[in-house]
Amino acid sequence: MEFFRIHKDIPFMKRALLFNVISLITFMLAVFFLFTRGLHLSVEFTGGTVMEVAYKEAPQLEPIRQALDKAGYTDSLVQNFGTSLDVMIRVPNRANESSTQVSTSVMSLISTASGTKPELRRTEFVGPQVGKELAEDGAMALLVVICGIMLYLAIRFEWRFAVAAIIANLHDVVIILGFFACFQWEFSLPVLAAVLAVLGYSVNESVVVFDRVRESFRNSRMRSFTVPQILDHAITSTISRTIITHGCTQMMVLSMLFFGGATLHFFALALTIGICFGIYSSVLVASPLVMWLGVSREQFVRPVVKKEEAVV
Amino acid sequence: MNRYPLWKNLSILVVLILGLLYTLPNFFGEVPAVQVSSSRSTVKVDSEVETRVLGTLNTAKIPFTGTVRDESGLRIRFADDKTQLQAKDLIEKTLNPVPDDTSYVVALNLLSASPSWLSALGAHPMYLGLDLRGGVHFLLQVDMKGALTKQLDATSSDLRTSLREKKIYNSGVTRNDLTLNIRFSDASMRDNARNLVRDSHPELTLADRSEGSDFLLVATLSPVEQTRIQEDAVKQNIITLHNRVNELGVAEPVIQQQGSDRIVVQLPGVQDVGKAKDLIGRTATLEVRLGQETELGGAAPANSDVFSEIRNGVSVPVYVKKQVILTGDRFVGATASFDNNHNPAVSIKLDSAGGRIMRQVTRENLKKLMAIILFEKNKGEAISVATIQGEFGNQFEITGQFSTEETNRLAILIRSGALAAPMDIIEERTIGPSLGADNIKKGFDSTLWGFIAIALFMCVYYRIFGVTSTLALAANLLLLVAVLSLLQATLTLPGIAAIALTLGMAIDSNVLINERIREELRNGVTPQAAIDTGYARAFGTILDSNVTTLIAGGALLAFGSGPVRGFAIVHVLGILTSMFSAILVSRMITNFVYGRRRKLDTLAIGQVWKPGVSAAVPKP
Repeated sequence: MEFFRIHKDIPFMKRALLFNVISLITFMLAVFFLFTRGLHLSVEFTGGTVMEVAYKEAPQLEPIRQALDKAGYTDSLVQNFGTSLDVMIRVPNRANESSTQVSTSVMSLISTASGTKPELRRTEFVGPQVGKELAEDGAMALLVVICGIMLYLAIRFEWRFAVAAIIANLHDVVIILGFFACFQWEFSLPVLAAVLAVLGYSVNESVVVFDRVRESFRNSRMRSFTVPQILDHAITSTISRTIITHGCTQMMVLSMLFFGGATLHFFALALTIGICFGIYSSVLVASPLVMWLGVSREQFVRPVVKKEEAVV
Repeated sequence: MNRYPLWKNLSILVVLILGLLYTLPNFFGEVPAVQVSSSRSTVKVDSEVETRVLGTLNTAKIPFTGTVRDESGLRIRFADDKTQLQAKDLIEKTLNPVPDDTSYVVALNLLSASPSWLSALGAHPMYLGLDLRGGVHFLLQVDMKGALTKQLDATSSDLRTSLREKKIYNSGVTRNDLTLNIRFSDASMRDNARNLVRDSHPELTLADRSEGSDFLLVATLSPVEQTRIQEDAVKQNIITLHNRVNELGVAEPVIQQQGSDRIVVQLPGVQDVGKAKDLIGRTATLEVRLGQETELGGAAPANSDVFSEIRNGVSVPVYVKKQVILTGDRFVGATASFDNNHNPAVSIKLDSAGGRIMRQVTRENLKKLMAIILFEKNKGEAISVATIQGEFGNQFEITGQFSTEETNRLAILIRSGALAAPMDIIEERTIGPSLGADNIKKGFDSTLWGFIAIALFMCVYYRIFGVTSTLALAANLLLLVAVLSLLQATLTLPGIAAIALTLGMAIDSNVLINERIREELRNGVTPQAAIDTGYARAFGTILDSNVTTLIAGGALLAFGSGPVRGFAIVHVLGILTSMFSAILVSRMITNFVYGRRRKLDTLAIGQVWKPGVSAAVPKP
């Protein structure tokens, strides 16, 4: 079986401008949602108490919400979690109230509101200072990943590749965040981990293409190829691997999405978006960027050639 | 031509066998067990306790399947939950006859069911995190400023006393935040005081200041001293927490320092958060009191309290006066040492106010009994009863019939009686046991189905090379689980997700290799050469792409906390094992299948389509 039967190199670079415009529009949309709606941060970042309870019979959520409101827990969140029997309740921190007090009072409130006493499956209390630190650590991790990858690519390839790969993949990250902002999915620590993992993963996608570009530049049989042709050739010859690899990873991620339950749901979702946009951006955004940044054969072939170039 | 030398094949096989060995314990599951450990540092679980416990079990005809005794206590395995519960109740009754007076922690636990030869090799099942087995997690913040002010308060009362003794007149010692101000009305007194303080408290940094007509001596703690106090405070709080958690009957509590000023407490299996919190926040206190003489066989004298002292395993009642001489906050330090006759002793250091009281009391009560009583859970126990041999001040020794082991424990006990600094709970997580079991199942299911899907696809698409890739991927899983078991790194749900994700990403290396081989074949290279160049060319790319993934993993590891860390550890380890399995293991299998054939016309790598050649030239 062979999925990809490609006679000639596909002229991706002819459409380069189109791809970049599409990217720009999605990117702007993502930024727009991030600014207008903001991320729905999990309790780990905001501080507060989360409780998961399991009922024997599906409860009505509205009475629970009203009971919490009446008791002064404003801004609380009550929603089904996984199944209709499981309910997640999230209340913000209040001054002068310890975590035990919150969980006992919420438990008694929801028990009276719904008529039966549910089983407490999980509670999580996060103080305000922890959340702030986590957000800072997350930003720091992102920064280190970006710097580390850029440095590596700059040493291994060329600064143009480093810049192009990072722009392309940051655009993925922003788009994932944009999705989370747009649909108000919960952004938790595992999701952050997924985002950073995707960053490392889709950069490696760009690396595979760049590897080919370098190889093709050095290949004496391809002397006559122009830069766009080289890029087209590199993308075409790696596209089958790109799709198959991502397909395999995506199968695993889908399996997590279907079987992993509610806890892994948003983690898997972030990965899914990341992988889909990862293919697109690392191939169709990074490569045109490299072209715009002015990559040329001379940058990869020995300095002798560079001298000739200088004379011409 | 595609053959590995024997040593290379053997090395790979050895690694795989080791991997299998260390993965094995995970398959055996767990058996119910009862764990006996001591709840107080004065009590030890020794062979005597073991004989007693096993004797009781034998008498009651409760069958057990094995015992292990080590520093952490005694563990007895049982065939099923029912006998485990019966045995627990029985052991509890035997060891702690009085319900309020618990010397031993008897807890239900699960032990790995793997055979003992595996455990002897250091092969244990993976260590499951709280989200997989249920329990309570606390993150406590130690109030460092509290530790410093507590120390400064003690120092200021010290200074007051010594200035008075040396007749250095001052108009008061006050603490202002983290500085001590000593006021004088003339400069010469300040000079005297400066010399005195410099000698007696070298840890203080001194400065002069004048305020109106007053001369001020301003003392601050040096940065080195501050760090030392803070480090000690965290360490001592950890010791105290250990002592308290012991009473909860938790089989494997985790109490660790995190960062410079935080402590993580994890109590697997504990569901009663309220009780756990109450215990963690409680303060234990020490008291020094004078003993009360009693007539033999007489009733307890008036104005006295009775406490028990454990001597050689026997509880002896001790009568002491109600009046408290000193409380624990006057104790500055306690270390195990030896007295003049080289008998084990505990050296005690009091602050100077405590020393003054002690001097007066001992002068007036020579040859009388003095007892040190530790209050925990509102229940006192005399940890030391001794005769006052002479007048002493802020440094003295407690001697008695102690072994060095006992003095060590006593010193810790005295030190750990109270928290060195206040703590706040800044993060708390409770996971029910059913949720934990659910999480394991869900994590396992996602990995399994994902693996099956990938394996099916690879085998269909790449034929023999797909089978090879699948075997390599299985080897990767095996090695990853083995490394995780070996390192005993905590496996959490994000960790399982990382296993799945890493497998999904690791197949990339094999796809790269297989695609390269196909490409070489497409270019008309002979099969044997195609295998060789395919692997060689793909190697550089695999390395590059794994390094970028490693960079991301490393950053997560460095800056992540909690769930992110659990994810990152597995992710990074998985990338490393995948390099080994995808390149070496798969090559070994390929060599095994094709390497020996001299005449090889085709490779079973699926259809290799060549442009230009008209459609459908099927290849096997």
